[in-house]
Amino acid sequence: MFSNPLIYFVVIPLLMLGALAICANIKQIRAVAVVGSVALMALSTYVLLQYLDMRAAGDNAPMLFVDSWQWFTPLNIHLAVGVDGISIAMLILSSVIIFAGSFASWQIPQPKAFFLWLILLSTGVFGFFISIDLFTMFMFYEVALIPMYLLIGVWGSGNKNYSAMKLTLMLMGGSAFLMLGLIGIYYHSSADGHLTWNILEIARNNSISTGWQHFLFPMTFVGFGVLGAMFPFHTWSPDGHASAPTAVSMLHAGVLMKLGGYGCFRVAIYLMPQAANDLAWIFLVLTGISVVYGAFSACVQTDLKYINAYSSVSHCGLVLFAILMLNTTAMTGAIMQMLSHGLMTALFFALIGMIYGRTHTRDIRQMGGLMKIMPYLAVCYVIAGMASLGLPGLSGFVAEMTIFVGSFQNSDMFHRVFTIVACCSIVITAVYILRVVGKLLFGPVQDKHHEELTDATWWERLSTVTLIVSVAAIGCFPNFFSNLIKTTFSPEIFTVLGLN
Amino acid sequence: MDITIPALILCLPLFMFLLLGIAGCKMSHKLAGWLGCLGMGTCLVLSYYTAFTYYFDPQFVAENGERIQYTVFNLTWLQFTDHLTINLGFLLDPISALMLMVITTISFMVHLYSLGYMEGEKGFQRYYAFLSLFSFSMLGLVVATNIFQMYIFWELVGASSYLLIGFYYTKHSAVSASKKAFIVTRFADLGFLIGILVLSYYTKTFDFIEMTSNPSWVLASTEGATFMGASVLTWALVLIFTGGMGKSAMMPLHIWLPDAMEGPTPVSALIHAATMVVAGVYLVARMFPVYMMEEAATTFIVVIGAATAFYAAMVACAQVDIKRVLAFSTISQIAFMMVSLGVASLGNGEVSHHGLGYMASMFHMFTHAMFKALLFLGAGALIHAVHSNDYTAMGGLRKYMPITRWTFLIGCLAIAGIPPFSGFFSKDEILSACYAWSPYIGIWMSMVAALTAFYMFRLYFLIFWWNEPDYGHHKPHDAPLPMSIPLVFLAAVSCVAGFIPFGHFVTWNREAYDIHLDPVIAVSSVVIALCAIALAWRMYRKENDLPAKFKNALPALWDWCAHRFYWDELYMFITHKIIFNGICRPIAWFDRHIIDGTMDAFATVTNKASYAIRGLQSGQVQMYVWIYLIGALLLAGLGVLCLIM
Amino acid sequence: MNITLIYWLIPSLIMFCCGVYGFITRKNMIAMLISLELMLNAVDINFVLFNRYLFPGQMEGMFFTLFAIAIAAAETALAIAIIINIFRSIKTVDVQGIDKMKF
Repeated sequence: MFSNPLIYFVVIPLLMLGALAICANIKQIRAVAVVGSVALMALSTYVLLQYLDMRAAGDNAPMLFVDSWQWFTPLNIHLAVGVDGISIAMLILSSVIIFAGSFASWQIPQPKAFFLWLILLSTGVFGFFISIDLFTMFMFYEVALIPMYLLIGVWGSGNKNYSAMKLTLMLMGGSAFLMLGLIGIYYHSSADGHLTWNILEIARNNSISTGWQHFLFPMTFVGFGVLGAMFPFHTWSPDGHASAPTAVSMLHAGVLMKLGGYGCFRVAIYLMPQAANDLAWIFLVLTGISVVYGAFSACVQTDLKYINAYSSVSHCGLVLFAILMLNTTAMTGAIMQMLSHGLMTALFFALIGMIYGRTHTRDIRQMGGLMKIMPYLAVCYVIAGMASLGLPGLSGFVAEMTIFVGSFQNSDMFHRVFTIVACCSIVITAVYILRVVGKLLFGPVQDKHHEELTDATWWERLSTVTLIVSVAAIGCFPNFFSNLIKTTFSPEIFTVLGLN
Repeated sequence: MDITIPALILCLPLFMFLLLGIAGCKMSHKLAGWLGCLGMGTCLVLSYYTAFTYYFDPQFVAENGERIQYTVFNLTWLQFTDHLTINLGFLLDPISALMLMVITTISFMVHLYSLGYMEGEKGFQRYYAFLSLFSFSMLGLVVATNIFQMYIFWELVGASSYLLIGFYYTKHSAVSASKKAFIVTRFADLGFLIGILVLSYYTKTFDFIEMTSNPSWVLASTEGATFMGASVLTWALVLIFTGGMGKSAMMPLHIWLPDAMEGPTPVSALIHAATMVVAGVYLVARMFPVYMMEEAATTFIVVIGAATAFYAAMVACAQVDIKRVLAFSTISQIAFMMVSLGVASLGNGEVSHHGLGYMASMFHMFTHAMFKALLFLGAGALIHAVHSNDYTAMGGLRKYMPITRWTFLIGCLAIAGIPPFSGFFSKDEILSACYAWSPYIGIWMSMVAALTAFYMFRLYFLIFWWNEPDYGHHKPHDAPLPMSIPLVFLAAVSCVAGFIPFGHFVTWNREAYDIHLDPVIAVSSVVIALCAIALAWRMYRKENDLPAKFKNALPALWDWCAHRFYWDELYMFITHKIIFNGICRPIAWFDRHIIDGTMDAFATVTNKASYAIRGLQSGQVQMYVWIYLIGALLLAGLGVLCLIM
Repeated sequence: MNITLIYWLIPSLIMFCCGVYGFITRKNMIAMLISLELMLNAVDINFVLFNRYLFPGQMEGMFFTLFAIAIAAAETALAIAIIINIFRSIKTVDVQGIDKMKF
């Protein structure tokens, strides 16, 4: 069992939990968090290199490192693991954000409990990305969601009880749909009675009838879509992000919302391509609305976190939008957008947390001229903003362009019109990003008390530099990531659809 | 050609940007400034070497006398589909070689000039870092091998322009000007992007050479596809041109350029006069063989260009801020280039008059870059001396600032089109092309040329003659050496550039031909220009009440010109009243109260319902027993009933 | 006269109904406990009867009854302990008065 490297993605966080439990002081806690997150980064790099080697050696199985251990016989539930390029991309994203998040919560109160819950959350995240067994996947999904309630409820700010409750209840509502959908898939997973939860086997069997697909597809898509902030189920996001502490916002927007997009692709579309093809238009309309609607809403917000939360609605909407375009290029773009959005939103939330920690306000009307006071943080904020509005050389551009070019390859008027509508978001994004940058960073200093504030500390610099380097790496060398992702879209689902 | 030098031309400014951007704050001002100049100077030498090799080495001329389009390198950057790939490459052809020289020359002059102009400014290193970033982006734009590479660098120049306009970030006006510039050009870029999407969908390529070497194939590939009555190719080309309209400040997307003058003056000279704003012209020139196929698209260009040229010239006559006058003059001159490109083709793949308009446009782009940069740098020297942008604070400066005065005069003569200065030659070719296309356009553009001469000399006389205000103890004086050298150099170029046999280097089909001056047009346009100058001389040489009389005679016209025909107010209305208050706020409200309200309502209903039924859980055991008993009896009764039935 | 099952069942039923009546109407917890015992004993009687009349050769009903009696004793002890404690703290054994834990 322990010869499979993937299992360590769950083992390392569990070991970290154990180590945290016996930690006596803040130094030890920090050490555990840093060592653990470095180990996770190293592990994901190792898996990436191994994966590339195996692919280069000609291994063209749909997933690599596949393994399966049964743990509940009556329902045939396995701990089944396996990764393809998309999961690896997500694993790298998660480990980078957890690393940056550990540094961003360097001085959190009650560090022991905080890190315990945070690491538990990341256990769920990693477990989700490596699982290919629907039930285990769902279990990890829930493991990732529940600590969120406590993390926001205890360490949050503002109207935290309300937000934590709202976030948890809405996501649990989504889970209910999802559970129904997954059980439905299980009971139709095989034509010969050997029911299975294994994604690869279900995809191979392809035995879900079209009628059932039409019923189960919306269930799973909406279930995951709630976490992917799909209109109109996105309202947990602004409140939740606004109340969450820095590292939790980072992890939530950076990784957890990706669980939604990843699940939509991996479960809803991968397993039910026929229904995806038939019903995509409904969700295209919803996600198309998300994209523009989120951007417009962000234009008039005054709380920094609200602006970012709505911007996330817009960007994550684009992820789901692109997945529904059902062609390789757009879907590649969707995954790249997940990476890109994950990193730059994490960067945004980290910076907002750092600014909030100094000024004790997130209202842009009460701040101004921060460029003069904390130039380092301000420059990082501008870089994050530029990434968000799609400046070439940073990650947002390549992701969005891949999505737009891919989406435009659909030749019918409906897809075209929605692609153009989605394109409009790049202008609106520029509006709200520049509005914030102009108000917050430029101009004269608004509040005299702010003039004594200090610039970033070393751990804050480390946290932001990690994220900026990652954002720039994707932006400057997109073809590596694009190929990593593109080669893994297994052609089967497209042949099923008769698409390219 | 070896790829080292072209690669260096691109990498050097990028490296300087990273160096100055990251390590700049540790450097002294002097070191950063000289490092920047050194980098750009090297880049200048390499670019000249490359351009001269291209123009004069016979290996770049094909057997039929055409210059070849030479791709130095073309690396895959991002692959979308099997056909659609973004490459980053380096394309050498007549116009890119020309632009390499123009950009590096002006950029180097500006680097040098800024040593004096920006001396002691806070953020000096940052300024040089941004200048390097801009130079990198602009060079990348002109050597683009494919339309998507151009789009990438197009965005990058936009961003560096944003950063440079907002250089004085504590000033509200600078911040909002930079924001405005970015958003307006972004809006135009949306059109560009959609245009690229449409065009590339049908042609299955982004590559310029593939598209332009065989334009009839492009036409054939979009055959039959129409949208709202116009062919898809027309739509694509017009949309791509929209991107050009934004960057090149064509009406109605011109509003950002006058405000962009909030940036430091050398930046205005580099970005907003000589290089970035001609990117739109360059784009159309790059795609010219394709535009040639679509009469509708070129007519659109001509109409937009002609309207803009006239509009900007009118407005320039009534501005107080000298940089704004120059900004509107830039808009007007770029519109000249656009019109010239538009009139170069007759549609259906035919070219009017040997593609004279194309050559003239590129020629004007070159000469305009030189004399407009000169004028802006001169304006910078003036502002440096009197610490104000308004001509009302100037007057009679000819005595105090001789170098600035003479170089400025040369610039004015060049733009007014007086021989033997460079502007005369290029503008004359443009007018010839216009007359050849349609006499109406020719007359219209001649009128604009007359206005140009008038407003430039109005400016000149108001600054250097007119009435001398009280300068106090600190008499204005000429700028220090680093600032004067660029002025003199650019003035010298403006004197001689017109004699370059431009037709031998740049033509639409890259075939050399000799330029002929059309004597009728040449003489008439010089006479018109001289009349306009004479009028300006009469009105503005000495303080008198003629301008005031003129203003009182036509108050409405004056008002409209002074307020730039109220375009800004219109945009303010649209963005604030309609988009912000009419769309964004209602959406935000809708989200908070309707969508979120629904979600909250679910929670509230659940909560209310549980409160409502909790009374049943009274805690009275006897009540429970009663209910249990009744329930049990009912069930029993029901069972009995079932048995009986 | 042959004494059949029904003769025994009727007193048992009456006893049970008394128990139910008492449990519902009496407010005193001790009285309710007594009523509860009545019901329990009525059920015990039924067990014994059914065993004796329906399955004469077997003893399961008898044993079950013995168990039930033992458990009822334990239950009564427990209930009385609770009632005494309640009485100590709020000075009443009236069920309607005990509403401290109500939502």
